[in-house]
Amino acid sequence: MTAIGLRDLTIGYGGDPVVHGVTLDIAEGESFALVGESGSGKSTVLKAIAGLAPDWSGAITVLGQARGHRPDRNFARVCQMVFQDPYGSLHPRKTVDDTLAEPLAIHGIGEHADRVVDMLAAVGLDRRFRFRFPHQLSGGQRQRVAIARALMLEPKVLLLDEPTSALDVSVQAEILNLLKRLRRERNLTYLMVTHNLHVVAFMCERLAVMRHGRIVETADVDRLRQGTFDNAYSRELYAASGGAGAPIAAAG
Amino acid sequence: MTEHLLELENLRVSFPTRDGPAEVVSGVSLTLGRERLGIVGESGSGKSLTGRAILRLVRPPGKMSVERLVFAGQDLMALGERGMRAIRGARISMVMQDPKFSLNPVMTVGEQIAEALRVHGARLSRQAMRRRVVSMLEQVRINDPERVAGFYPHEVSGGMGQRIMIAMMLIPEPDLLIADEPTSALDVSVQAQVLDLIDDLIARNGMGLILISHDLELVARYCDRIIVMNAGRIVEECPADRLGEATHPYTRGLIDAVPRMNETREELPVLDRSAWSGT
Amino acid sequence: MAGAIDWLTADSPASRLQARAVRIWAIGGALMRNPLAALGIAIVLVLIVTAAFAPWIAPYPPIGQDLGNRLLPPSAMHWMGTDELGRDIFSRVVYGARITLLIVILVAVIAAPVGLIVGAVSGYFGGWIDRVLMGLTDMFLSMPKLILALAFVAALGPGIENAIIAIAITAWPPYARIARAETLTFRNSEFIDAVRLQGASSGRIIVRHVLPLCVSSTIVRVTLDMAGIILIAAGLGFLGLGAQPPLPEWGAMISRGRSFILDQWWVATMPGFAIIVVSLGFCFLGDGLRDVLDPKQGGKS
Repeated sequence: MTAIGLRDLTIGYGGDPVVHGVTLDIAEGESFALVGESGSGKSTVLKAIAGLAPDWSGAITVLGQARGHRPDRNFARVCQMVFQDPYGSLHPRKTVDDTLAEPLAIHGIGEHADRVVDMLAAVGLDRRFRFRFPHQLSGGQRQRVAIARALMLEPKVLLLDEPTSALDVSVQAEILNLLKRLRRERNLTYLMVTHNLHVVAFMCERLAVMRHGRIVETADVDRLRQGTFDNAYSRELYAASGGAGAPIAAAG
Repeated sequence: MTEHLLELENLRVSFPTRDGPAEVVSGVSLTLGRERLGIVGESGSGKSLTGRAILRLVRPPGKMSVERLVFAGQDLMALGERGMRAIRGARISMVMQDPKFSLNPVMTVGEQIAEALRVHGARLSRQAMRRRVVSMLEQVRINDPERVAGFYPHEVSGGMGQRIMIAMMLIPEPDLLIADEPTSALDVSVQAQVLDLIDDLIARNGMGLILISHDLELVARYCDRIIVMNAGRIVEECPADRLGEATHPYTRGLIDAVPRMNETREELPVLDRSAWSGT
Repeated sequence: MAGAIDWLTADSPASRLQARAVRIWAIGGALMRNPLAALGIAIVLVLIVTAAFAPWIAPYPPIGQDLGNRLLPPSAMHWMGTDELGRDIFSRVVYGARITLLIVILVAVIAAPVGLIVGAVSGYFGGWIDRVLMGLTDMFLSMPKLILALAFVAALGPGIENAIIAIAITAWPPYARIARAETLTFRNSEFIDAVRLQGASSGRIIVRHVLPLCVSSTIVRVTLDMAGIILIAAGLGFLGLGAQPPLPEWGAMISRGRSFILDQWWVATMPGFAIIVVSLGFCFLGDGLRDVLDPKQGGKS
């Protein structure tokens, strides 16, 4: 079954369209990456799927359900998003507990305390973080909270917007491992936006390269690992990212 | 005596907190010739503060102390604020992370570059000044420099903005360039262009470079020598091409934690911070 | 005691209640370390205690006349002297604290929430809602507060209740402005997007996620405005449009004392002194609160 289907998606931001005619099918359980440089429109696609960029035409379906132009309650239980900036995505005056209990309160789900404690354990956060405020947490811990929040409603599809680009590499490794484990345990579908091809190689099965609001190439991750892209721009991006040669790692 | 461009011995930077001063840089020593030195570390490692401390730009309430800070035979700690100002920009320049915050939004690009030159005592006629500015913009590979000189900062892209910053920093012909994450706000394809440019200008002018970054691979590619910092201390120092043989567990951990392009590992190794860091 | 302190300074609180208590304790501690803020707190506390226990503190009834003891200078019998009807000024100032506190509290309770909600709604929705609400706000802002209050009192009729309503009507626009500006800075932030994605309604987002972030700057602003509110109330009282005689309102007391200002200075000076001290107290407290609560300065711990 198709987890996310985009048909001829054109997205505007007030004025001219920034994404032109994107068509894409992501299978259930798949981990798919949208890569490209800033201004390529990759984040805009994610926002449109989430309902945060309402000015679009075409069709979006998530698990067979057609998507409206605004966020809605039913959709919230199917698909959630993890944002890029762990410093900006948590409410500064709410404890971890408040943040995680909020989606439950919105949807009238009971047993807040038990569910929050379970979810903290699932994302590898100690119980003592439960009543802390975001400013008392490190970047990696905040991103764990953001992931926990996205999972509170037990969605099947997660949209990941550069989830590790603001983190140090050692913390990035922890978060990537966590995302990978959660996908396996909960059978999630990931659509990840990133500019980091190394992360794609670790996390994803397929990727689409975007440029100037269009998809220029869709490929299996094996093509990325071997560096055998068809499109000239994809190859350029691959070379600029350091190509196959990771000189340091090779020597070790 | 002037064999080294820069000598730094036992640098300490601390910030006052409610529980007494907290040391952020604890005893960093390094020497630099006319070479390219990379300082690598994660956030909070003290790498940026080390860069700022060389220019004595640690903002209050931070306090720095150093046993020896000698630049081209001159003791920087003995200089007054006025003397330091003559050094900053003219002889040691610094390129920061984001050009958007470093350029004055209400001055054209050309005026700002000219201003950088004027501040350091250059007395040139208007025309000569204009020629210098245009040739500098040409050097940082900006097409149509005459036109770009008349642009305001919001009219230029991130990559171009960073090149303009570099032009500003290099026009007084300094001996040492400190680049603090000069490309982390830029796209990968632009990153390579900017770093190639810095590399080229350094080689041509025979300057020293300190490149501060969190990106091991990038530093290994553009530097001769690498210093790895963690929790305010230098944990490893080695030639860039020998980084693969690094022995300190922290350096190894950093190298291994980066996913590779031909990644096949099911899980990435994670740093065990408790093993060595005292924090 | 030590156990209670440990509980209040815990790094990892074990319950919601404790988390909140830790935060309040930290704010209180930071306030007390600032000498001016501590002085402000002391003054405001004295005002509250005085108002609460006025009958026990005041040595004489506030409206009992004693024409035999008119216009006596300050002495051991009458600490602040007596007025033209022989009433003890100290007792009247003490009872006046009740009126001042009542005005201040009622104005804060009416004006601050109105301003907050108007500002947050305006900033969150934007578009024509924003234009209408802010147009209204600007209309009120463009007129001097005291003149506007005067006009309202003139329309509603003199009296303490009407004075309070008039001051509240003129006091909310600045709060709406502040709340709107704050809301604009984070209406598109990711944490608001995140709740939107969870399916929260606009009302819920404004009340539970937007307003808590505007509250601290509004509290600061309200505290700083208290001085102005007290002065406007006193001004209305002075003009005879606020509290009516024989109520011991400080502004009205100054007004009565004006006739004797050259020969019996204490009649006008003592309530004036009370106004200055209380206004200063609120200013100090507001400044201290700003240092502690302002997110732009105290984000990190």
